[in-house]
Amino acid sequence: MKILDRNSVDLFFDALKRQGFALVGPTIPDSAIVYDEIGSSADLPVGWTDEQDGGTYRLKKRDDEALFGYVVGPQSWKKFLHPPSLRLWTAHREGKGFKIIPEQDDPPKLAYIGVRSCELHAIAIQDKVFIGGPFLDSSYGLRRENVFIVAVNCGQAGGTCFCVSMKTGPKATAGFDLALTEIIEPGRHYFTVETGTGRGEEVLRDLPYTEATEADPATVERIVEKTVSQMGRTLDTTDIKNLLYQNLEHPRWDQVATRCLSCANCTMVCPTCFCSTVEDVTDLSGEHAERWRKWDSCFTSDFSFVHGGTVRPSVKSRYRQWMTHKLATWIDQFGTSGCVGCGRCITWCPVAIDITEEVRAIRETKK
Amino acid sequence: MGKRRKPKLAVWKFASCDGCQLSLLNCVDELPALAERVEIAHFLEASSAVMKGPYDLSLVEGSITTPRDLERILQVRRVSKFLVTIGACATAGGIQALRNFKDVKEFVSIVYARPDYIETLETSTPIADHVPVDFELHGCPIDKRQLLEVIGAFLIGRRPNVPSHSVCIECKLKGTVCVMVAHGTPCLGPVTHAGCGAICPSYHRGCYGCFGPKETPNTASLSREWSRLGASEQEILNVFRGVNANAEAFRKESDLHARRND
Amino acid sequence: MEVFSNRIEESPAGGPGFFNPWIPHTAEVIGKRREALGVHTLRLRLRDEGVRRSYRFRSGQFNMLYVFGVGEVPISIVSDPDESGVLDHTIRIVGKVSAALVSLKKGDTVGLRGPYGSSWPLEEAVGKDVLIVTGGLGCAPVISVINYVANRRDRYGNLKIFHGVKTPKDLLYRARFHAWQKHPDTEVYLTVDHPDLEWKYNVGVVTNLFREVRIYAQRSVVMMCGPEIMMHHAVRDLLAQGLAEDRIYLSLERNMKCAVGFCGHCQFGPAFICKDGPVLRYDRIKEWFGTSEI
Repeated sequence: MKILDRNSVDLFFDALKRQGFALVGPTIPDSAIVYDEIGSSADLPVGWTDEQDGGTYRLKKRDDEALFGYVVGPQSWKKFLHPPSLRLWTAHREGKGFKIIPEQDDPPKLAYIGVRSCELHAIAIQDKVFIGGPFLDSSYGLRRENVFIVAVNCGQAGGTCFCVSMKTGPKATAGFDLALTEIIEPGRHYFTVETGTGRGEEVLRDLPYTEATEADPATVERIVEKTVSQMGRTLDTTDIKNLLYQNLEHPRWDQVATRCLSCANCTMVCPTCFCSTVEDVTDLSGEHAERWRKWDSCFTSDFSFVHGGTVRPSVKSRYRQWMTHKLATWIDQFGTSGCVGCGRCITWCPVAIDITEEVRAIRETKK
Repeated sequence: MGKRRKPKLAVWKFASCDGCQLSLLNCVDELPALAERVEIAHFLEASSAVMKGPYDLSLVEGSITTPRDLERILQVRRVSKFLVTIGACATAGGIQALRNFKDVKEFVSIVYARPDYIETLETSTPIADHVPVDFELHGCPIDKRQLLEVIGAFLIGRRPNVPSHSVCIECKLKGTVCVMVAHGTPCLGPVTHAGCGAICPSYHRGCYGCFGPKETPNTASLSREWSRLGASEQEILNVFRGVNANAEAFRKESDLHARRND
Repeated sequence: MEVFSNRIEESPAGGPGFFNPWIPHTAEVIGKRREALGVHTLRLRLRDEGVRRSYRFRSGQFNMLYVFGVGEVPISIVSDPDESGVLDHTIRIVGKVSAALVSLKKGDTVGLRGPYGSSWPLEEAVGKDVLIVTGGLGCAPVISVINYVANRRDRYGNLKIFHGVKTPKDLLYRARFHAWQKHPDTEVYLTVDHPDLEWKYNVGVVTNLFREVRIYAQRSVVMMCGPEIMMHHAVRDLLAQGLAEDRIYLSLERNMKCAVGFCGHCQFGPAFICKDGPVLRYDRIKEWFGTSEI
């Protein structure tokens, strides 16, 4: 473990840039902390935090100058790894036939600054979907290869967080190049740094770090423990797969459907939701065609459309599909839960539907 | 390809403001390419020259508000192979469908010196209430990219990429922060048909439903949320009684609040 | 760091970087046959010789076929897997893309990705009776298996084909059923819900036939395809006759965009119809099968 002073953060960023990485990280363009390009530590949400609960998110000033003193915002890193909208190929007519030209995909090398433990797990989960099976998604793979991950251990939990229940946080244990813990004491603002890879160590090498003292790991543990104690939500995952498999006709699905807007916000903000649709487009001349991939959601009617109609006309069946997939069928499909307990689906649901509450309701009145 | 007869395009106007037809004229960059592919056979807004039907593709703007239009739309349908309604008037009845909630005879008697000169129906109704419609393009006004998409898709025989999901998905694809969750601003986005590109939320405003109801809209749940955010019954009534007031889901929801207001 | 290892050393295409499963090959339409009103079989040949030579499929699998500018749909392959170089696809017009596919002419080009999905248990069925149960209009996936068994008659026991439709005019491939009936040790049972005056076969739902026909549950393998409600009843009745759950195979259909497990559309409970299906063994999906709106 090393120690990096707050004042060295920009040197750290410069070192990453020298390695050819463009930086993306938390910033406040507007009314929420989102992930976007950043130039220096001044672009980070310095001194800001977020207050979250079901259906509500507010930025608040902190009484210190913390760089990472917030939880997670409406966006996740999937917007970089699995872009919302992506051209897959173009084609043009040629004689009696046509020719397909694969998209020349050359994504930039990005360093993700401030990745939380739940998000590391979300990335690992999407890795299984896109590059862990017999088929490899090249656009995801190319982006994934190029990422340098700077994780940050959470110094506080949000009102909708439940990573402790999902065993995905709040401390980063794997999947990062470097992991930071932000420590603010009277008169001192610094970071502990753990290295996860050789490449992380290399970046660190040129920086004015000091070795950690014996007390520092304990300080980190204390911070993490405090975060653990602040979890806004809990979800009992005991035998959850069978719980949901055996309750496909539970009346709770009808109840949640009276509230659910089928607006798809939960799936858009979810860091693991990976569904997409394709659009075949043409220009007016009819000589050129393209195929685009766009984020899609199991909450739409079109999602399950087969000739003759949609398989899931009711909102009940769409919510059931989403939640059962996330917490149960995902386990059969990929060997892990599809939920990392980040709480985004709770915060960003306009009517505050709470996945932890839905599970609780089914568990309490299960078949 | 070049040897084939160019498909004939016709544009028809019923009760409307012409804004949706203007969306077609606004396609300045694309019009030459369009003229290459179709014969603009009937488009009075653009040219008084009119070619005879039948027409391969008819774009119909406006709602049915007069007995004469009621007959004319049957004629338009007869001469149209593929009929697309464009805009809130043609797909839902438009702002003029507010008359559907009131007594038109009373209006006429108050507004006009000679009410007996006025020949009008008691309701403003969408085209699909009167003739079969092949495709409905929503919006007030329609989005010109979507219009070009519908025309392009028609020309090549493809299903248009005009999704019927919520505006929320458009916000999220763009990276726009939710105005409802992050500001507490009431927004119709969760029940509104996508297509505008989520313009209002990009400017920190709530959506007010220009594109009409999305598929499977849960207006009751959203109304409850609006109340929680401080919107009055009157405000909720007003927002559902906009340009798509006569669209079924919005009409039913507004009727509910009108009754509560009484 | 095991789970996070992100470099893929070997790509199936062998080329530099990643194999991109989204890119179709091109194939030429080399023949077209009308099967019934709105149903045609397209015979395709991959244009690239290398691709053509390495292309292998199993009965029950499907290809994604793309019509320039119009779109892409999954279509099951009905030709014999051992017939090299050509791929037959029986297509019923249900939408814009299928309509565009059947309007293609000899010499035209389609995009083709595949083969995808699971196949019929034709090895497991060797030496056993094969029961085919189909219904409605969508029986293309079982045509391949009927042809397969018919072409290798000595490897399989008795072949029984049960086919039910609503009305006589919905009976596609009438000539084929007649031809199959003449094969050795092959029985064809046709039934309609609503007969007309000329109908000379059975009347009623397809499951009624099971009671009238001797089925040897211990030595039979069932393969079925058709409306889910029909299959639901068929499974129930076959189980009642002593068929084992793991001897019943169903071909299911769901919306499909990618065919490789990325797009999420085709999920049926824990199964992805594109890669775990379309052919699924009943015991593996029984909790889900019959639940509405799955």
